[in-house]
Amino acid sequence: MTKSIWKKNVLLIVLVIILAVIPLYLCKDAEFGGADGEAMDAISEIDPSYQSWAEPLLEPKSGEIESLLFALQAAIGAGVVGFVLGRITKGGGEPKAQPEKK
Amino acid sequence: MKRKIRLASITAALLGLLVMNASAMHIAEGYLPGGWCIAWYAVCIPFVVAGFWAIKKRVSANPKTVTLLAMCGAFAFVLSALKIPSVTGSCSHPTGVGLGAILFGPLVMAVLGLVVLLFQAILLAHGGITTLGANVFSMAIVGPFVSYGIYRLCKKFGVPAAVGVFLAAFLGDLLTYVTTAFEMAFAHNSVGFVESLTTFLGIFAVTQLPLAIAEGLLTVVVFNVLQKYSTTELRDLRVL
Repeated sequence: MTKSIWKKNVLLIVLVIILAVIPLYLCKDAEFGGADGEAMDAISEIDPSYQSWAEPLLEPKSGEIESLLFALQAAIGAGVVGFVLGRITKGGGEPKAQPEKK
Repeated sequence: MKRKIRLASITAALLGLLVMNASAMHIAEGYLPGGWCIAWYAVCIPFVVAGFWAIKKRVSANPKTVTLLAMCGAFAFVLSALKIPSVTGSCSHPTGVGLGAILFGPLVMAVLGLVVLLFQAILLAHGGITTLGANVFSMAIVGPFVSYGIYRLCKKFGVPAAVGVFLAAFLGDLLTYVTTAFEMAFAHNSVGFVESLTTFLGIFAVTQLPLAIAEGLLTVVVFNVLQKYSTTELRDLRVL
């Protein structure tokens, strides 16, 4: 029973990876920029007179710093998720940790 | 000991909020006219206020659920950091709010989503303060309400929990971006509303389709574990 859950989950994660890789082959020449950037371009086509009237307060100084912040975000998030799931699955005397382990 | 763990998870969740960032989905700073900015703020305020009450009620009813709540927040952080390529040749990212909405109800996610979007707008120049109302409406209100509604419907009709979770997270994610497209088309439609809506749906919703599937699958991964090891909590939350 326990095994089947992990097998199922590994299978699901493999599916996610496949989903992310397929587009790389489907659209070989694409730039893979952000959809928000494309939306800005679309606005300038639909509404050429429209001027953005506000600027971001702070902007990451470079692509490297931005990717640092991204990596930190993912790492901390994954750390918390892993920590909580670890407690839940391992138990260890916490009353909340192992409610109905069979 | 229990208290320590709770403290640790809250601290970790808050740290996560601080570096929260970025996304390919939010409407950028300054790209909605002032009137629409104010209108979307006005729409969101009641939901956010109700969300604060909902969190307070949840936590006082069962303080143990705080750990799960922290994990739902952290799950949203991870997922919104993952910019994934899509079939349209551009990138976007999942929202991760479906899990929290299924476990704690949509109002709770209105608050968590707001905090996430606020930090993104301030620290990472994604989204924006002026467009915060519109972004909160799509990601932290429409998405969670759709997820919650779909999950409840599935449960009512006896659909297996994992299937319900998949559909809920998938549709919640997709409709978040459909909403974004509508928000853009309401504000920018000098070529005609339908035409403009088609353009924005093409940019946001089509790009999001495979990512919404990915979000559905990843939400099921976490849910599988919770369903097996946290059955009591899920029953208390009336998820199972």
